[in-house]
Amino acid sequence: MELAVKKTEGKVQADVGIRKGLEGLTPEKIKRAIDRVFNAETGARIKGYKEICVRCGLCADSCHYYLSHDGDPVYSPVGKVKQTLWKLLEKKERISPEELERAALVAYTECNLCRRCSMYCPIGIDTAYIISVVRRICHLLGITPQYIQDTAHSHSVTMNQMWVKEDEWTDSLLWQEEEAREEIPTLRIPLDKEGADIMYSVIAPEPKFQPQLIYFAAVIMNECGMDWTMSSLPGWDNSDMAMFTGDLELMGRLKRVHFERAQKLRVKRIVMGECGHAFRSIYDVGNRWLGWHMYPVEVIHAIEFYWQMLQEGRLKVARKYEKPVTLHDPCNIVRGRGLHEKARDVVRAFCSNFIEMHPNREHNYCCSAGGGVINCGPPYKKVRVQGNRIKAEQLKATGAEVIIAPCHNCHSGLKDILEGYDVKGMGLSFFSEIIYECMEKPSAIQG
Amino acid sequence: MHQVYGFVVGPLAWIAFAVFVLGSIWKIYSMYRSAKTRDGQVLAYWNFKYALRSIVHWYVPFWSVNSRRHPFVTIVTFAFHISVIAVPIFLLAHVMLWDYYHGIRFWSLSEGVADVMTVLVILACLFFAGRRIFLREVRYVTSAMDWVVLIIVFLPFMTGFLANHQIGPYQVMIILHILFGEIMLAAVPFTRLSHILLAPLARGYIGSEFGGVRKAKDW
Repeated sequence: MELAVKKTEGKVQADVGIRKGLEGLTPEKIKRAIDRVFNAETGARIKGYKEICVRCGLCADSCHYYLSHDGDPVYSPVGKVKQTLWKLLEKKERISPEELERAALVAYTECNLCRRCSMYCPIGIDTAYIISVVRRICHLLGITPQYIQDTAHSHSVTMNQMWVKEDEWTDSLLWQEEEAREEIPTLRIPLDKEGADIMYSVIAPEPKFQPQLIYFAAVIMNECGMDWTMSSLPGWDNSDMAMFTGDLELMGRLKRVHFERAQKLRVKRIVMGECGHAFRSIYDVGNRWLGWHMYPVEVIHAIEFYWQMLQEGRLKVARKYEKPVTLHDPCNIVRGRGLHEKARDVVRAFCSNFIEMHPNREHNYCCSAGGGVINCGPPYKKVRVQGNRIKAEQLKATGAEVIIAPCHNCHSGLKDILEGYDVKGMGLSFFSEIIYECMEKPSAIQG
Repeated sequence: MHQVYGFVVGPLAWIAFAVFVLGSIWKIYSMYRSAKTRDGQVLAYWNFKYALRSIVHWYVPFWSVNSRRHPFVTIVTFAFHISVIAVPIFLLAHVMLWDYYHGIRFWSLSEGVADVMTVLVILACLFFAGRRIFLREVRYVTSAMDWVVLIIVFLPFMTGFLANHQIGPYQVMIILHILFGEIMLAAVPFTRLSHILLAPLARGYIGSEFGGVRKAKDW
């Protein structure tokens, strides 16, 4: 499919999922969905934000899309809200299919819900929330991009993101355990151990494409002497693309399965792999849909876990990682959970040559893959890459060889950006890879 | 003319203030009810400590990152907002009216300072108009309502300045000034001017989320 990338409003990127959904719409269906969302599912915030946004435009240059498109106002946060929320509120059921399609494309592929704009808006408007409400309407109307909708179907059928069957999951775990035991004979990945301290959960791409990350996690858990387990049954996947399609009911099902699995195993806490959006779903979005003020079982991110292990002296540095590294602060872990300083502590513990990128911490630029955008699939790779030239410039300026990006989507997104802008000599790494390479492994066979 | 004057300082003034005060109370109350019945997260996660933290960091000029990135806008905006609140309340002529009509006395600004502040408001309005015309990102999201609101704020200050300096027919000017001032007050609950009431609440909410849940700064 040829990607037409015109930079003006009205540009249409044909998506078979959205197109098919539009075919089935009538003004009555549109009215029902809009009324439901604006009269029952939302209230003060949507009403308030539309009223008190003073259209000052100061959010514009906080957004990587806007900056990378040389100030095209179509990509500014307020510009995105204009094409989506205001259009829906103004036109209601009289909205045209073209306007709906544009709204869906803006909401699903031109905003990563990264929340950077909320830090730059003088009023403090939560644009990410507004865009996710637009996505909710699109979901209710059945106009979601094909690829991410397929992912939602996978969640619905298998309770994981990647159509991983139950035996494929346990096979992957047993395979990695077998591999790891060649290096550390005492290593086990305990399955369904009741009463363990920790349940370790991952996202489905790990068993499917990156099983070595499970290997590294198992080594770290074992060498730190942790009492841990993983679930062989559904509930092992903490990811959540339903949150991003607007299928909130499915999001609720996923989080319930995940937490109830941990509660059934009576673990004290859940440790998550290096992921961004799953974290957001667990303590910020999914839990709220289910009526939990916070997570019902404590969840800590891998970064917090590594930091704790270092603090407690369970994780020791055997040798330093010499290559010059930089740290990409993922939106959902930093703006989302304030883990920037702990991440830096871990980097400095293991790496001898750490170069900061600028801006950093809460002000870091999004990778433009998150918020479900990369999950909308290959048709939008160009939209993502062209929407983030500013990131390529930011990375290049560090002069580092390795970018530590503790989030799976950031990995893929940054890889596409490095390729798209021909940035040579830079590669990507997870924390666990570097930690595995440089940590002390007292139980490992030498040689 | 005297009858018109009597009307705008009498019944119309009562109506305008009633609409302003009662309307503002209604606005805040209806937002609260909306949050309580349909948007519970706002109240559930509200945190006074983090709300105030965010408000302080944004309402002190140049403390937030974005205010440093747009220094001229920051200076104009703060000058505008401080003046647009201080002048209507503490202008000597207005203070005298409160005393004359209701026996209420309080402190007033010196004439010179009030004059400068009024000119700042007028110039700031021109600056904001300029932004709406010349900046792409502002032009794209500007609608008729934005111009209406700007003019509603501009007119009382413009006519007040002219009346005070006796430029133009005084009796007409002063009536217009009172009328435009009353329109501005009455418009607060029903237009974008409601951000006077709601912006600190929006700031407080996002501050609560960023500070309390996400453990990050929002400035």
